[in-house]
Amino acid sequence: MSMSFLVDTTLCTACRGCQVACKQWHDLPAEETTNRGSYQNPADLSFDTYKLVRMKEEVIDGQMRWLFFPDQCRHCLEPPCQDTAGDESAIFTDASSGAVIYTANTKGFDAAEITESCPYNIPRKGPDGTLAKCDMCLDRVQNGLQPACVKTCPTGAMNFGTREAMLSLGNRHLAEAKKKFPKAQLLDPGDVRVIFLTGFDPNYYHENAIASGGSFDVTRQVALRRMLRPLTGLISQLL
Amino acid sequence: MTNHWIDIKNSDCILIMGSNAAENHPISFKYVIEAQQKGATLISVDPRFTRTSSKADMYSPLRSGTDIAFLGGMIKYIIDNQLYHQEYVANYTNATFIVGKKFKFKDGLFSGFDAKNRKYDKSQWAFDMDKNGVPKMDRSLKNSRSVLQLLKKHFNRYNTKLVSQITGTPEKDLKKIYKTYAETGKVGKAGTIMYAMGWTQHTVGTQNIRTMAIIQLLLGNMGMAGGGVNALRGESNVQGSTDHCLLWHIWPGYLKTPRSSNTSLAAYNKKWTPASKDPLSANWWQNYPKYSVSMLKSFFGDNADASNDFGYSWLPKVDDGKAYSWLDLFDVMYNGEIKGFFAWGQNPACSGANANKNRQAMAKLDWMVNTNLFENETGAFWKGPGVDPTKVKTEVFFLPACVSVEKDGSITNSGRWMQWRYQGPKPLGNSLPDGQIIMNLGNKIKELYAAQPGAFKEPIANLKWDYLSNGEYNAHMVAKEINGYFLKDVTVRGKDFKAGTLVPSFAFLLADGSTSSGNWLYCNSYTEKGNMAARRGQKDAPNNIGLYPEFSWCWPVNRRIIYNRASVDPKGQPWDNANWVIRWTGKKWEGDVPDGGWPPLLSADGKPNPKSKHAFIMRKHGHAQIFGPGRADGPFPEHYEPLECPVERNYMSKQRMNPTAPVYGGTADDWATCDPRYPYVATTYRVVEHWQTGVMTRYQPYLLEMQPQMFVEMSKELARLKDIRNGERVMVSSLRGKVEATALVTARFKPFKLGKLTVHQVGLPWHFGWIKPLSGMEESANLLTPNTGDANTRIPETKAFMVNVTKA
Repeated sequence: MSMSFLVDTTLCTACRGCQVACKQWHDLPAEETTNRGSYQNPADLSFDTYKLVRMKEEVIDGQMRWLFFPDQCRHCLEPPCQDTAGDESAIFTDASSGAVIYTANTKGFDAAEITESCPYNIPRKGPDGTLAKCDMCLDRVQNGLQPACVKTCPTGAMNFGTREAMLSLGNRHLAEAKKKFPKAQLLDPGDVRVIFLTGFDPNYYHENAIASGGSFDVTRQVALRRMLRPLTGLISQLL
Repeated sequence: MTNHWIDIKNSDCILIMGSNAAENHPISFKYVIEAQQKGATLISVDPRFTRTSSKADMYSPLRSGTDIAFLGGMIKYIIDNQLYHQEYVANYTNATFIVGKKFKFKDGLFSGFDAKNRKYDKSQWAFDMDKNGVPKMDRSLKNSRSVLQLLKKHFNRYNTKLVSQITGTPEKDLKKIYKTYAETGKVGKAGTIMYAMGWTQHTVGTQNIRTMAIIQLLLGNMGMAGGGVNALRGESNVQGSTDHCLLWHIWPGYLKTPRSSNTSLAAYNKKWTPASKDPLSANWWQNYPKYSVSMLKSFFGDNADASNDFGYSWLPKVDDGKAYSWLDLFDVMYNGEIKGFFAWGQNPACSGANANKNRQAMAKLDWMVNTNLFENETGAFWKGPGVDPTKVKTEVFFLPACVSVEKDGSITNSGRWMQWRYQGPKPLGNSLPDGQIIMNLGNKIKELYAAQPGAFKEPIANLKWDYLSNGEYNAHMVAKEINGYFLKDVTVRGKDFKAGTLVPSFAFLLADGSTSSGNWLYCNSYTEKGNMAARRGQKDAPNNIGLYPEFSWCWPVNRRIIYNRASVDPKGQPWDNANWVIRWTGKKWEGDVPDGGWPPLLSADGKPNPKSKHAFIMRKHGHAQIFGPGRADGPFPEHYEPLECPVERNYMSKQRMNPTAPVYGGTADDWATCDPRYPYVATTYRVVEHWQTGVMTRYQPYLLEMQPQMFVEMSKELARLKDIRNGERVMVSSLRGKVEATALVTARFKPFKLGKLTVHQVGLPWHFGWIKPLSGMEESANLLTPNTGDANTRIPETKAFMVNVTKA
């Protein structure tokens, strides 16, 4: 079944329950941080931080806004990272949910290349070169539970369900949000399984809120790899 | 809360002021957002733009400590524009009462002020009585000595220009917020207030809340679904601990702590039992002796009977006119008058105002017992910063307590819901449930008194102390004791009860010693039907407004919205038919448990019903108090500046600060107002990532990851003025101490324009302490705060004081 998230940032209070629940479920270590003059911490996603509530202070149309963006992997319908890796033992899409999963085999890859291929700048490299990111709490989802971040959200900002249900919920939330925020929009709903809803221009929230370059244009490199894939598959079988 | 968490969803307008609910009560936003999705307006008023403000439909700043000016302006707006709910005000509030001629107000002082003793003679604020001893009333509200007309006159000074000069809130914002909130005065609309320590922790804390209560009464919002005055409690069981007399001035169930002048039980009961001559006043507190005697029977069991005043003389009395609050206790401890101290589940070295004084006071003790989950700055004060352990005589004992999930028991949430919790894992190591620790302690003390009788052994020897089963503390036995038992076979209200059975509700308690109840307010919580708090029924009440009467239990008698008799018109029909709370069918009430079962004031044909009672049954005269002659600092709220403030004078009157607020004069009690060395207003607060002094959260790596260090938030303008860069370490200082912090320079704080004067404000969390993080560099904001407090409650004024900020 194809699953999706709806992340309605207009309802997010940045309680960061999702950020903690993610670490707790995945048993990820806390990072040593300092206060850098911001509530946002850690500073960025990392090998140990898959979910991060980004916080931006903006004055928009003369009004103070504190914008929260619970960033995470978008689980693209056609994940460029998976195409770039071209090795389903390292990066694959789980057929039961649509979750894009990274395995320990990502270790051998050029991490920068994979990260650069991501339109949302999500994957992060560990000390040994392995890549990590949100796994949709696949173990929970396959056992009929919601992802930890969704389960913990008190306001209804984080939602999870079948893609059909989330697209429909997204449209309802969008209509509601537009009453207060005329520029409200769903971000790349046709391309991703984690659909964000923002009240303002997504660039206010985070530079990678929407796909870099604004589209999913396939890079030359990826196109080349796609062409070669049947061949590499054949070679690996031969080896 | 007069209402409860779920009920917030029923509101048409939510004012969040004096609290930061999104950060400190994050789950409340489930219901705030639900209300917004149904069209409610959310207003956030806070010195700083917070995570709550980020979700608000309207936000406006105000300078810390000026809430009465802000809200007083709203009262003026409501009265000037006649936006109050006329029928509600005339029938249910004391706006109609005629105030005696002695009441006056001049130059910021009410009549009856005794400057030498800093207190009022409240008899000068009395109502005029008719020949039957009932307050004179004018239901037309036109009499110039009626409370409404006096209120109008009192707040006439609070025009938006003057209010803005005091609060720093732009006038246009004031007008917009007043207009929006006052719309809930329309019949069928309800507005609610969510407040917390941002209102209470001031020298005018009680009057902050009184001001809002007046607004809620004028607009007819008390008793309504989506209305009420809602205190968001800062700990999961603050409500429960207050109900069970955590504070010095009350016994369980808000009975009074006896004064030394209450020399016998009869004198005590006479003093504190109000009498009304109005046949329409339920005057519920007339039952006071039933509750006090039942409590004494619960404390002393068979040892208490009529011949020994039910053990009344065994309980401690407080001296008349003397206060024993937190501030007072630490003051006498500082002066060496206290030998021993149990710090139980608290951390005064970080949580108390003027924490340096508290830390120094602890060194004057002979011994301290620190009962907590972890070692904290209180138990470790003797090795804290600047302390030489060889010079401290205090012997400190640490008793490890287990955590909440390791024990049975109940907690009572802000909405007065008593919820039973089952034990999960067993206590770790040698930690014990608090109940077990106190039982062991009590048994040991009883043994010692039996072995070597000391002076006045009766309270200890006679104490009923039988809450162990198989040697273990049994929370159910305590819960049943709190509910109360019939101690003899009796017939009450026509019903027969057997000795040893649980009392079904406080309506059946008696003053002759045949019933016990540890806390009358909880009588009905654990009955022969079982443990009501453990119920988890999911069915809503017939009005479908989210009362869920079968889920847990709520005091009093499972009434989910108190003062609900005011949610209907005098004929018993709801003001709001969509979100009705109760209604009269012609024969009975349906919906929530009504505030008393009497029929409505008027029959269906409009004739007064002599069997009825006034709506506010807990008030002596049956009416909600817009005029509150029992308060220490005046029957009407008045704006006064905090103890430490940035303005030379109070723009509202000649009286700068609350004349009845406690001020301590010792060497450790320094304060200074308008001192050029401390030019910036400061306030303290919490963040969602930490809890209280951080004893439970600073050890959590995930939480420390998100909020690792002490910080001070300030405007970009102030940072420029002081050449401070965002993220650099700075020193924040007051006359009482200094704290290093990371500067968090933000557009969410703005300088205040008070007329021509520009005033800067900063804010600091109070979650840190030197023990953890291990650097020892993150300290408590309470090293800065002053030890003055509210005139009525003496809660410390930690929300408005003066500091300086410099580069570290």
